[in-house]
Amino acid sequence: MARVLMKGTEAIAEAAIQAGCKYFFGYPITPQNEIPEYMSARLPEVGGRYVQAESEVASINMLMGGGSTGYRVMTSSSSPGISLMSEGISYIAGCEIPAVIVNVMRAGPGLGGILPGQADYLQVTKGGGNGDYNMIVLAPSTLQECVDLTQAAFDLAQKYRNPVMVAADGFMGQMMEAVEVKPSPTRDQKPDTTWALGFMRERGGRKSLLHSLYLAPEPLEDHNQKLQKKYQAIRDAEQRCECYRMEDAEVLIAAYGTTARICRSAVNNLRNKGKKVGMIRPITLWPYPREAFKTIPGTVKRILVAEMNAGQMVDDVKVATGCAYPVSFYGRTGGISPSVREIEEQCEKLLSL
Amino acid sequence: MSEITVYERPKTWTPDVSSHYCPGCGHGIAHRLVCESIDELGIQNDTIGLAPVGCAAMIYDYIETDFCEAPHGRAPAVATGIKTVRPDKIVFTYQGDGDLASIGMGEIVHAANRGMNLTVIFINNAIYGMTGGQMAPTTLIGQKATTCPLGRDVAVSGYPIRVSEMLATLPAPGYITRVTLSQPKYIIKAKQAIKKAFQNQMEGKGFSLVEVLSTCPTNWGLRPVEAFQWLMDEMVPYYPLGTFKDFE
Amino acid sequence: MAKGRITVLEQYCKSCGLCVAACPKKVLRISERTNAKGYRPVEQFTEGCIGCAMCAVSCPDAAIQVFKEQE
Ligand SMILES: Cc1ncc(C[n+]2csc(CCOP(=O)(O)OP(=O)(O)O)c2C)c(N)n1
Ligand code: SF4
Ligand code: SF4
Ligand code: SF4
Repeated sequence: MARVLMKGTEAIAEAAIQAGCKYFFGYPITPQNEIPEYMSARLPEVGGRYVQAESEVASINMLMGGGSTGYRVMTSSSSPGISLMSEGISYIAGCEIPAVIVNVMRAGPGLGGILPGQADYLQVTKGGGNGDYNMIVLAPSTLQECVDLTQAAFDLAQKYRNPVMVAADGFMGQMMEAVEVKPSPTRDQKPDTTWALGFMRERGGRKSLLHSLYLAPEPLEDHNQKLQKKYQAIRDAEQRCECYRMEDAEVLIAAYGTTARICRSAVNNLRNKGKKVGMIRPITLWPYPREAFKTIPGTVKRILVAEMNAGQMVDDVKVATGCAYPVSFYGRTGGISPSVREIEEQCEKLLSL
Repeated sequence: MSEITVYERPKTWTPDVSSHYCPGCGHGIAHRLVCESIDELGIQNDTIGLAPVGCAAMIYDYIETDFCEAPHGRAPAVATGIKTVRPDKIVFTYQGDGDLASIGMGEIVHAANRGMNLTVIFINNAIYGMTGGQMAPTTLIGQKATTCPLGRDVAVSGYPIRVSEMLATLPAPGYITRVTLSQPKYIIKAKQAIKKAFQNQMEGKGFSLVEVLSTCPTNWGLRPVEAFQWLMDEMVPYYPLGTFKDFE
Repeated sequence: MAKGRITVLEQYCKSCGLCVAACPKKVLRISERTNAKGYRPVEQFTEGCIGCAMCAVSCPDAAIQVFKEQE
């Protein structure tokens, strides 16, 4: 398939279909409405089904049910909707059900606004729902990456029997770029009948039970230890990060998603002027790409975290670097993104210290 | 002269376990009727149950079919997800009145309104059992509960909700009936209703809900036999037995 | 009237008494014994069971099995 010009939300939706997702549950919220709209039209063409839920509470629970069958399922929403989904995400993680959730983040808190934001960083990487669970969170910064990470999300969800979130933002969702949406090689993967519901006969009459309830303390601790072992395996194997012009950098920007696009331009402009600035771009927000942070060259003196929020990733950068560098922050909120110029100014200021 | 077996433990009832339910609790009878229906319809290998949050949260320890737990009140949404992917399977939810008629009211209304081809077993015991006897949306006017120690006051808490009558007003076709477990003759009727609710799904007819008036002897502070008498005297007049909607 | 017989799976009985109330022939009672869970299981204390299964139909713990003699 050739590259075609697509809107981010639609590219994500088509990527899901090409990844073999046949079932989608959703509820309208700006700026992601094109995903359910696209799915409602497209899924019947591929023998799939779209269900409009009565709320995000219902859509995440439908996703849980759909995922419990072992087939590829997806929902999408934006920040306030993700808040409502938090309980369901915790249950999905606790019950070890594969499911893909797209979050086209907008500015908050509360109803906030419909313009882009990254202020769900803590919510999606540190929990949101109750209990010791982790969700894999993928943060694309180009539309091609939206496509590729959406397809990867289905593989990761099934590999680890875990919820996986594609955390895009309103810019990513609404912009247009040329993308190539290829059929994923795993699109026809059959459900794992050893645990998926609906295969009792195939299991020779053995029932499958998906639950997170363990009233006795020891079994619940065992369950938690099993989950923690899995999360460690994910930390070990699935960190993704891009290091951009990091060699010999003196100031290193840490940014993801749309902010990373802006920072990339700032890095290029500053490098053209001979200024030693680079970027480290987490692609997996969870697991946080700590290994990549260990490769920061000795030339780096300061780190600038840039986000469309009030500094939610700063602590992760400090932890990932063992607090070895002074970390500054620059961010905009309200649906405003930092400008290339603003980032350049911040870097220049740090370079001059 | 030979001997025939008139009653034995259902095949779908998990062998060698004793339930955690209080003595004489209606949940056990309702579980048994679900198992008997599944046995008689021969659908054990094709049935997927959704466990609620409430005393029946561990229903899956007693019924040998595939099961998934659902967050409090959300079983109809989880069931919708399963049935969307696997319309060939028989999917049922089993929910208490706090689960279905309070926190989960939205999910049940919309599942019913979509005419989802599901079977819902709704246990109305007029109280929150698991959490220790608090007022439920179905608690009767004047009935005492731990969060209405002087009895339910309609000025503060509104009226007990008649779920079956309410859902029967929806335009989607469905089977909605209210039964009870207070005496063998009613239990036999309840069994027929539950079996029919599963059969409807097998025949692709659509949404079926059986509201089962049940007891919580522990939190009602009554012995099991007295509890069923109280149910007949107090609950049935407010929650009349009968079928409110059926497929043509 | 047909002759019936029951067996009580004593380990599951919780002495709730629902079967005792349901039996049309009034042949059941709560025994003096205790089972492993500390409940006193129900027992048939006199002749007259007709194998109608009303006891089993009422039991929340599926603790009663019913048999009937057939010509
Ligand atoms: C989100 C959430 N809120 C509250 C609870 C606590 N809770 C557990 S069971 C229950 C009520 C169950 O009552 P009901 O549905 O009537 O079932 P019963 O126990 O009477 O069978 C509540 C409120 C919970 N587990 N989750
Ligand atoms: S608390 Fe009530 S509803 Fe729960 S098991 Fe005991 S009697 Fe049954
Ligand atoms: S079978 Fe009928 S007569 Fe016999 S003990 Fe049971 S209820 Fe009584
Ligand atoms: S109904 Fe069942 S549990 Fe209750 S006393 Fe009779 S046999 Fe025992």
